[in-house]
Amino acid sequence: MVHLTSPAFKANAARALSDAGLQKALARSKPQFQAKRAKAAAGLPEFEALRDIARDIKNHTLAHLDFYLEDYAAKVEAAGGTVHWCATAEDARAAVLRICRAAGARTVTKGKSMISEEIGINEHLEAHGITPVETDLGEYILQLRREPPSHIIGPAFHLNREDWEKSFRESHTDLPPDREFRERRDILAEARTLLRQKFLAADVGITGANFLIAETGSSVIVTNEGNGDLTQTLPRVHIVLASIEKVVPTLEDACVFLRLLARSATGQDFSVYTTFSTGIRRETDLDGPHEYHVVLLDNGRSNMVGTPFQDMLRCIRCAACMNHCPVYQSVGGHAYGWVYPGPMGSVLTPTLVGVEKAGHLPNASTFCGKCESVCPVKIPLPKLMRHWREREFERHLTPATTRFGLRFWAWFARRPTLYRWATRAAMATLGWAGRKRGAFAALPLAGGWTAGRDLPAPEGDTFMARYARQRREVRR
Amino acid sequence: MPEPRPRVALFVTCLVDLFRPTVGFAAIRLLEQAGCEVAVPMAQTCCGQPAFNSGDRATARDLARRVVDAFLPYDFTVVPSGSCGGMIARHIPTLFEDDPAYRGKAERLAAKTHELVSFLRDVRGMERVEAAYHGTATYHDSCSGLREMGVKAQPRALLASVAGLSLVEMAEPETCCGFGGTFCVKYPEISLRMASDKTKDIASTGADTLLAGDMGCLLNIAGRLRREGSTVRVRHVAEVLAGMTDSVPPIGAARE
Repeated sequence: MVHLTSPAFKANAARALSDAGLQKALARSKPQFQAKRAKAAAGLPEFEALRDIARDIKNHTLAHLDFYLEDYAAKVEAAGGTVHWCATAEDARAAVLRICRAAGARTVTKGKSMISEEIGINEHLEAHGITPVETDLGEYILQLRREPPSHIIGPAFHLNREDWEKSFRESHTDLPPDREFRERRDILAEARTLLRQKFLAADVGITGANFLIAETGSSVIVTNEGNGDLTQTLPRVHIVLASIEKVVPTLEDACVFLRLLARSATGQDFSVYTTFSTGIRRETDLDGPHEYHVVLLDNGRSNMVGTPFQDMLRCIRCAACMNHCPVYQSVGGHAYGWVYPGPMGSVLTPTLVGVEKAGHLPNASTFCGKCESVCPVKIPLPKLMRHWREREFERHLTPATTRFGLRFWAWFARRPTLYRWATRAAMATLGWAGRKRGAFAALPLAGGWTAGRDLPAPEGDTFMARYARQRREVRR
Repeated sequence: MPEPRPRVALFVTCLVDLFRPTVGFAAIRLLEQAGCEVAVPMAQTCCGQPAFNSGDRATARDLARRVVDAFLPYDFTVVPSGSCGGMIARHIPTLFEDDPAYRGKAERLAAKTHELVSFLRDVRGMERVEAAYHGTATYHDSCSGLREMGVKAQPRALLASVAGLSLVEMAEPETCCGFGGTFCVKYPEISLRMASDKTKDIASTGADTLLAGDMGCLLNIAGRLRREGSTVRVRHVAEVLAGMTDSVPPIGAARE
């Protein structure tokens, strides 16, 4: 399982800011994502209208979540599949292990799934003698490096080509040491050769799901590498790992999201592969699994229904929020210290691991609002981060210095006459002290500000004092 | 019969009040040029945003009630800041979800609250200003102004009428400068990194002046430029539009 380091967010962020490799990788991915998303959105005239429709579909589904989940489960069973309802991560791990054991599995191939990170399935399977093999290229190299993903759609975006080459040379020791890794193509060719054998050897394939369709009992995955298809069609057993909010009512609804997802995520009109899986292989089918299991995870999500955080359950994991977040772009995904980084993680992580551990995340935002402005399902991310700050404040988790500062300032702000008198005296002093240089390089109690920037000096008079004086002169 | 002059209440904002009074006087001049009668309610201190964004809803609500009481009687409330404007126009009503009496008042106030430059242009139909400024400026879109108050084209349109001024765009004028209220002192390293990205973008335009409509961003950007030894002049857009750049040196520049 991803080791939780969210409480050390500040230290993580400081390390990330001075990590030259990470900064190089971030600088490369940022302009790409933003420009591509903008172009894709502009290229679809109804894009903005689709965002409203998508929001409404999710709101409707979440308002009737129990109904759609039961409907979905019934359709899965009717198609020969089995649904495993899992309240916790532990339940989900146990369910996956049970299925793998019953299938006598030695090797399990995996498509990309954030739920698998959330429940820590790889470590669990390994501990029980089963070898999981990540088949998404980014996830594959992270498995080699024993690192968690740093981004929900580009798990290895924090790595540079040199890192890839190093990891491949170190791990693939049976291949000639003088082979070339000059381009992406070379890396791809080697991974493809290796993974092909794994696909054929696997007893069980585990994928995530971008959507679960209640109308048909289908699970949908979108990928660009085709690894998900090989993972779910070649082995005898297919396990879908998905959380409850992935359900949508109909095929047509799913298509609304498919039109938004790739455009918001990578700026593609559509992902290279979009695959619908429904139940087990039928007699007339040429391929497909003999067993089809859906491990359906709650893990605290149903507690969000009916609270302000319900809006977060609309998330379709496109990563547009982190791709556009200046904080994420500065520190990368690992600094957030758990599975989900960026603005969506700053809202979701406190729900899943507790705000007392993840309290930094909703605070580490300027509320610039860029995330909300690109979210395909219009989640009010800044508002939800603010809700977390309110809960922290209510529970006295806000640092004492902040609480004291707020109380001190609010006491004055409630007393306009006193406030004017006090601010006037303070600004006169500061203005006089700063008149020669125009700014302060250091000031008592302002270390956070002046560590890397000056504090511009005030003019000296307050507006209110000068205005009152002018009015008196006019009257005379 | 001439149209009656609308009575506009100026919400000065605490940062303008304390750091940059000239912006308040520039706002008054511009509003009067736009045919408004301007009042400055003396009961104002702060919109409550620091408390609101720190999760202290009770304090935010208390201060918000004072804002509503002081400003509701006027035809319009105008704010030389997208951030404080956004607080009044977008957020204050949400503080009174369980207080129907104030909710209605707060919503009425919200509906007639505007950021200064968008008010001049969109509500008062101001086409041009009588001002001159010699230099090349680049305009930073402050986040709340842009995303909560729809301020984007209005300042650029009015700046285009300033004699002697030419405008150049940054590569990312809409990216946050890293101020973020208390964020800048809670997470100073990240804030600084964002401020430095902003100053790099400014430098790459070759502009000699940075303009914006929010004192928070301006203090942050000016502070970082000063530390870097940059000679770029930093000013609130209202100072330039009102032709008041002679009455005060740029933000962060020496006065003597």
